[in-house]
Amino acid sequence: MKNSRTTWLLLATLALVVAPLVIPGLGGSFKGSDDQGTDAINELRPDYKPWFEPLWKPPSDEIESLLFSLQAGLGAGFIGFMIGRRSAAAKGSAKQVSGAVANGAVGDVNVAH
Amino acid sequence: MHIMEGFLPVSHAVGWFVASAPFVVAGGLSLRKIIRERPEARLNLAACGAFAFVLSALKMPSVTGSCSHPTGVGLGAVIFGPAVMAVLGTIVLLFQALLLAHGGLTTLGANVFSMAVVGPWVSYGIWKGLRSSGASIAVAVFAAAAVGDLATYVTTAVQLSLAYPDAESGIVGSFIKFAGIYAVTQVPLAIAEGLLTVVVMNALSGRAGQPDEIAVLAGEAR
Repeated sequence: MKNSRTTWLLLATLALVVAPLVIPGLGGSFKGSDDQGTDAINELRPDYKPWFEPLWKPPSDEIESLLFSLQAGLGAGFIGFMIGRRSAAAKGSAKQVSGAVANGAVGDVNVAH
Repeated sequence: MHIMEGFLPVSHAVGWFVASAPFVVAGGLSLRKIIRERPEARLNLAACGAFAFVLSALKMPSVTGSCSHPTGVGLGAVIFGPAVMAVLGTIVLLFQALLLAHGGLTTLGANVFSMAVVGPWVSYGIWKGLRSSGASIAVAVFAAAAVGDLATYVTTAVQLSLAYPDAESGIVGSFIKFAGIYAVTQVPLAIAEGLLTVVVMNALSGRAGQPDEIAVLAGEAR
């Protein structure tokens, strides 16, 4: 039951993300909200000049998308490692338990997981 | 929710730094305490930071025809309390300010306040409130992550409307304008973040639906 719930949750997440792209009538330029916020400031205060510039800017959109994917990739990689680690630990303790059952010593086993 | 570099007047930029600083300091103390008392929780802490790292890099389309990104700070706020997320969120925002020219150093105080202070505290409040009124772990985590995400974007809209009141309609008129850009766009993404947070929490703990799920992730139970 647990796994089917995970599947449904992931499908619902996917639907939320894909819906604006495929439902006719929705959609638009899909510009970033942060850039739109900056545009709105320029509209409210056309004379406003930012008083500080980023110290370093990615030299092109390609480099920027490289760094964004790196950010997502590093994070996802670590979470994947943690899920794998947990699953391996669960298998290990299950093996311990079934081994103990075979020896008839189930009462002594500390079923930690 | 990133206010771009140099786009807050100096007085506002300084004010938000002053407002955020105590939360980041308290977060550092809380982080040290958790690591000292429950060293086995370190990897799960890192996983909560990694979750915020991933989600804040994903710019996703929304029904308003623009793109925005979730924040991912709700998961850690529920498991380890909101204080530590001030530190983890600041690290994510610094990375983006320095390497991606997204957000900025002068606006770091304001961005930390919205994403790493208001978001986690709202998430934590929703989590505690729903749990004490009998909601299941999954429902409470979903709502905590989703509402915390939205609260971050509402905070950004407030920050910008305080800095840039409309000439005629004032702060309120300006807030409506910024909220239309940030908060409305964020609604479906906040729901998506809520759903994804439940999935990742279940996968990390491996004990979906069990009453000690959060305690196990926090290193308080085995």
